[in-house]
Amino acid sequence: MLSVENLEVVYNDVVLVLRGISIEVPDGKIVALLGANGAGKTTTLRAITGLLDIHEGDVTKGEIHFNGVDITEEDPSKRVIRGISQVMEGRRVLAELTVDDNLKAGAYINRSASKVKASYGRVMTMFPRLADRKTATAGYLSGGEQQMLVIGRALMQDPKLLILDEPSLGLAPLLVQEVRDVIVDINSQGVSVLLIEQNANMALTIADHGYIMENGKMVMDGDPARLLKDEDVKEFYLGLHATGEQKSFRDVKHYKRRKRWLS
Amino acid sequence: MTPGLLILAQADASSVDRFLQMLVNGLAVGTVYALLAMGFVIIFKATQVLNFAHGALVAIGAFLVAIVAVDLDIPGRWMPGAAEWLTWSLAAVVGVVLGGMLGLLLERLFIRPMVGEPLFQVAILTVGLDIVLRTVVDDIAGLDGRPLADPWGISTATFGNVIIPHTQLVQFGVTAFTVAALAVFFRSRTGVAMRATAFDQEAARAQGIKVGRIFGLSWFLVALLAGIAGIFVSIFPRAAGVSSATAFVAFRAFPAIILGGLDSVVGAVVGGLIIGIAESSASVYLVEFDNILGTGFSAIIGYVIMMIVLLVRPYGLFGTEEIRRV
Ligand SMILES: Nc1ncnc2c1ncn2[C@@H]1O[C@H](COP(=O)(O)OP(=O)(O)OP(=O)(O)O)[C@@H](O)[C@H]1O
Ligand SMILES: [Mg+2]
Repeated sequence: MLSVENLEVVYNDVVLVLRGISIEVPDGKIVALLGANGAGKTTTLRAITGLLDIHEGDVTKGEIHFNGVDITEEDPSKRVIRGISQVMEGRRVLAELTVDDNLKAGAYINRSASKVKASYGRVMTMFPRLADRKTATAGYLSGGEQQMLVIGRALMQDPKLLILDEPSLGLAPLLVQEVRDVIVDINSQGVSVLLIEQNANMALTIADHGYIMENGKMVMDGDPARLLKDEDVKEFYLGLHATGEQKSFRDVKHYKRRKRWLS
Repeated sequence: MTPGLLILAQADASSVDRFLQMLVNGLAVGTVYALLAMGFVIIFKATQVLNFAHGALVAIGAFLVAIVAVDLDIPGRWMPGAAEWLTWSLAAVVGVVLGGMLGLLLERLFIRPMVGEPLFQVAILTVGLDIVLRTVVDDIAGLDGRPLADPWGISTATFGNVIIPHTQLVQFGVTAFTVAALAVFFRSRTGVAMRATAFDQEAARAQGIKVGRIFGLSWFLVALLAGIAGIFVSIFPRAAGVSSATAFVAFRAFPAIILGGLDSVVGAVVGGLIIGIAESSASVYLVEFDNILGTGFSAIIGYVIMMIVLLVRPYGLFGTEEIRRV
């Protein structure tokens, strides 16, 4: 379905951020993309959806294919029409608009009123809490409700591939569970998913395949169960020592610094 | 109690008439402010920049109506025997739409390439556009003293003792229709896309919205609004045609924008009406205080209100303090 080959992205003509990464998202599967802060996950998403330009970013090498078509340089709205939808990092609800208008904005590419109605119905069934707050101003929803709203907004586009950028960010554990269940539910309806996460535990427990990136490179990929057991992954991406104790952020930072000396 | 209310309290027939007349005059000014303010606000919401070329769009809109209705007599020349109000109104629509297309063109040529540049530069660009547009139109076509030759002229209607020019009745109707049409538009698919783009361009693009097209559409809409305002600024009882002064009327809507809130279309309408009525009531009820306030206080009362609002509630009555980026 989606294949990214040897992708290289440069910001401001000088900052090389992606150094030749490749990703495959097979039809109907959930693929997890993990990595620490600044690894280049969001940049990958921008390249796939065509939103690098406002960040002064360019694809300098590599290709992105969707269902066999080269979309590397395609207009972002065309990609949405092809069926690639995204849930952006940090939610990005249209805070001044109502819940309904957020969903309407999501349905922009969908010109058939009956299809919009059907998608709307599906979103309301999937997120009953949004149904209760249709006319509320989106900015006043809770964090969890906002995350549901932006997922619903993407679903209004009837995507074939849904890319989510850190949907668990800033949510309480119970809500992270809920988001995870929602992703499984969406996938079971035939939508392929590329799930970008720092919460490796959440992502790898539902993924069919996992990638781990670091400093703009893929450092590991494979079966999620195997990745979950991997000592390195455990230590640096699950934040757990072999002893099971939580690793502090400073230690992770230290690791990154140490790694840089080595390379 | 304000002097206005004091006088009303006496409630004899003439003071009621005086009040009603004041209200009508206030609405007449206020609806023009509302039309102007909506234009500023739509561009501000889209680009976070005050469009200093709005005044030029107002003058050029009225100018185009004069050209179409008077010089070209379109579509009147093809409709012999048709009622004059009908042919003129159609001509006005054609002129205003031509103005809208000019807005579209300006956006494409000058504003679109500036997307992403510092806001200050974009603002300065609109200042430049304003000067160039006014000068070019004035030099080539002669902006001064072009009557719009509307069919209502100086005729008036009388309700009790309140006198209303026919042109102002038309103005009330057209403004009400325009506001209603905009309200419907902003709920439509494209209107929601415009609001989404105004709030968060990147998020809008992530939905497949073509923000360039939305910007073009905003300028089209705003130039339409400017043209409509331009008509009512250039006919009886305000003026006898388009002139180089027409463009400067736009800036008189500033107090209305600040009062309503720079980023609120509803605020633009409410602010416009309030400032209009404030000016009109000042001119009626504050004349007795001319020796204290100075003559012509009514002309600056809007700015006085604006300054108070800026101190007390800088984002205006309807503006958003900072819902953005919650
Ligand atoms: N617009 C930009 N201009 C220059 N550099 C940028 C830009 N956006 C991101 N970067 C840099 O690119 C690198 C990758 O950023 P990116 O946002 O893709 O990482 P990420 O994996 O999504 O991180 P996070 O988990 O914090 O969201 C970072 O070093 C970042 O500083
Ligand atoms: Mg990111």
